[in-house]
Amino acid sequence: MTIYNFLLKLTGSGILASFIQSLLPLFVFILPFALFAVLLERKVSAHMQDRLGPMRVGYHGILQTVADILKLIQKEDITPTDTDKPLFNIAPILVFAGSYAVFAAIPFSSAFIGTNISLGLFYIVAVSSLVVAGILMAGWASNNKYSLLGAMRSAAQIVSYEIPTIMVILTIVMVSGTLNLNTLSEMQTGHFWNWYILGGPGAGLSKFLLIPFMVIGFIIIYTSTLAEVNRTPFDIPEAESELVAGYHTEYSGMKFAMFFLAEYANMFAVSAIVVAIFFGGFQSPIGYLGNTLGIHWLIPIEQFFWFTMKGMFFVFVQMWLRWTLPRLRVDQLMAVCWKYMIPIAFVNLIIIGLITYI
Amino acid sequence: MLDFESEKEMITEENNIDYKSGNIKTEEMVLNMGPQHPSTHGVLRLELELDGEIILNVIPHIGYLHRCFEKHCEAMTYPQVIPYTDRMDYLASMYNEFGYAVAVERLCSIEIPERVEYIRVIMGEFQRIASHLVALGTYGADIGAVTPFLFCFRDREKILSLFEMTCGARLLYNYIWIGGVSHDLHPDFIRLAKEFVTYFKPKIKELNDLLTNNKIFIQRTANVGVMPLETAINYGFTGPNLRASGLKWDLRRDDPYSIYNKFDFDIPIGDGRMGTVGDSWDRYYVRVLEMEQSLKILEQALNQIPEGDVTSAVPKRVKPPVGQIYSRVENPRGELGYFIMSNGTVNPYRIKVRGPSFVNLSALGELCRGHMIADVIAILGSIDIVLGDVDR
Repeated sequence: MTIYNFLLKLTGSGILASFIQSLLPLFVFILPFALFAVLLERKVSAHMQDRLGPMRVGYHGILQTVADILKLIQKEDITPTDTDKPLFNIAPILVFAGSYAVFAAIPFSSAFIGTNISLGLFYIVAVSSLVVAGILMAGWASNNKYSLLGAMRSAAQIVSYEIPTIMVILTIVMVSGTLNLNTLSEMQTGHFWNWYILGGPGAGLSKFLLIPFMVIGFIIIYTSTLAEVNRTPFDIPEAESELVAGYHTEYSGMKFAMFFLAEYANMFAVSAIVVAIFFGGFQSPIGYLGNTLGIHWLIPIEQFFWFTMKGMFFVFVQMWLRWTLPRLRVDQLMAVCWKYMIPIAFVNLIIIGLITYI
Repeated sequence: MLDFESEKEMITEENNIDYKSGNIKTEEMVLNMGPQHPSTHGVLRLELELDGEIILNVIPHIGYLHRCFEKHCEAMTYPQVIPYTDRMDYLASMYNEFGYAVAVERLCSIEIPERVEYIRVIMGEFQRIASHLVALGTYGADIGAVTPFLFCFRDREKILSLFEMTCGARLLYNYIWIGGVSHDLHPDFIRLAKEFVTYFKPKIKELNDLLTNNKIFIQRTANVGVMPLETAINYGFTGPNLRASGLKWDLRRDDPYSIYNKFDFDIPIGDGRMGTVGDSWDRYYVRVLEMEQSLKILEQALNQIPEGDVTSAVPKRVKPPVGQIYSRVENPRGELGYFIMSNGTVNPYRIKVRGPSFVNLSALGELCRGHMIADVIAILGSIDIVLGDVDR
């Protein structure tokens, strides 16, 4: 029984059930995740740097982010003079909405997916671009030169890096023949050798031919998603040492928290896309306990666990990279995208197309 | 009325922009970087004239940390000046005291015991390593790598603990006095200092693995802010910045003071390994190599240090004869010169300091022109200024 059916029974209204269901990821997942991810980031960075990180609030500082959020809620919401007030107020909401809307189509398990639309991948690509508009609005409306520079950089960067992302997504669409993320995950069922990173569920020669090109595709999409969520080495829009805080320099209190929340939600969203198309989505790599024991309601829970774990692994890698690498310069960033990644992604697309044709 | 007229004219002019032939009027943007900015290394204000992200001109505005050091000194006795010298280049306090003590001793012709000379060299070289660690760490942070910054500060803490053990202070020491030092070394100092030297050698390799040879770091710093040797000399560059441009010029060897001529060490220079000679990467790497040379000096000094009394030559009253002197030492940032004029009383008539950071900062505009905003940070970090030394 999917969550939708359960809600339909509970409320008796289709509209209400879909509404609640699409809100579920927010409360069940994004908010707790953001709280956890911020703490994780601080702890990961601290231990990489021979420090302890937050230690005071709760055991080993586990309640630190809760305390931070409480502080941010209480803070005065400053709107600087000479800002474009409507745009200034809408921008954080738009950015947050853009990154949150992505979660509506992400399949956490076979029973828990916000909206099971058949154009899931297309929807995600389209909706995540909303963030660019929000960032540009924030930068422009702040009436601050650092914000403006940050926003311009960000817009250029996100738009450029969407191209290689989409090209890699296209290769998967060609191989699998579907845009539906749920179906895509179902196709990679079985064990980990059925994941698309290892050539997909097919058999024979073409599967083995696909493997190296799938790995190239994975590297490209993972790198460009780093750029899309403004993480090091591509954190140029909010480069602290140059642009203070980039497009959200002028924001404070809860509006700042929304940018912050959006950033962490986005980190998981892009990892989730990578997981869904390359790493089997919610499928377990080693089979299900529920099947062995014969308890079938256990399977969706296990799937949720696997999906979150895989996603968290890639979030962890993002953090790892952030605390290891320096930052590229803005022109070098563009060069990486247009001179290397797009041509490679394009050739990769053609080769995978040929292999699937064979 | 006149203003209104001209405003009206401007509006009509704006409306008649000739869009078709591409003659749209553009303006340079002026961006104020600092005095409150994460990477201006203190209270420095840079006025950037920008064309998009390209730098047309950089005008540094200094003076936010001006504390009238030179004027203050005129009201002090000679030993009372020492705490003030600490506060100039606050990342190299030991060396400022060292330079001042050497200058006054030359003026008064004071002979000092050998143990004191050894202690001064040991403290000076530890200070050089500590100062370079701050320079390298913050440079990494400027480029976006935060972890090397904390690694560098972790190691610097150990040096500061050694200083604390010696004189009780971690930043502003008042340790090197005219004619001697304030305290003798702690009985454990030599052992712990030797331990630090063996501990620190592999840490340089760790830094090289993490940052120096990182591809992105090289891309950001190689061929950025190239300073040809001739321009460097014309601007009065000294210290690691000059050596990075390819000249073997080190006052420890070329104008020896204290007992530096007793030690065996090399003078690393920039060789343009990753790009051009005198680029930001060279300036960075010369500092890494200098830390190794400082360790070499430290090893020799710690093994050879003689016994003796450290305060025997400290004069009760410093009253130099009428005269003047310019004395210079090799501070971690370059040539630190003290010009002292004495009129025969206990107060100096005039003290003028030639701060290396001030001179090095003057070349910033030349280095930055034509680069991007991100490069300003990379260049400013690579010339390693301390605002306390710039403004004094």
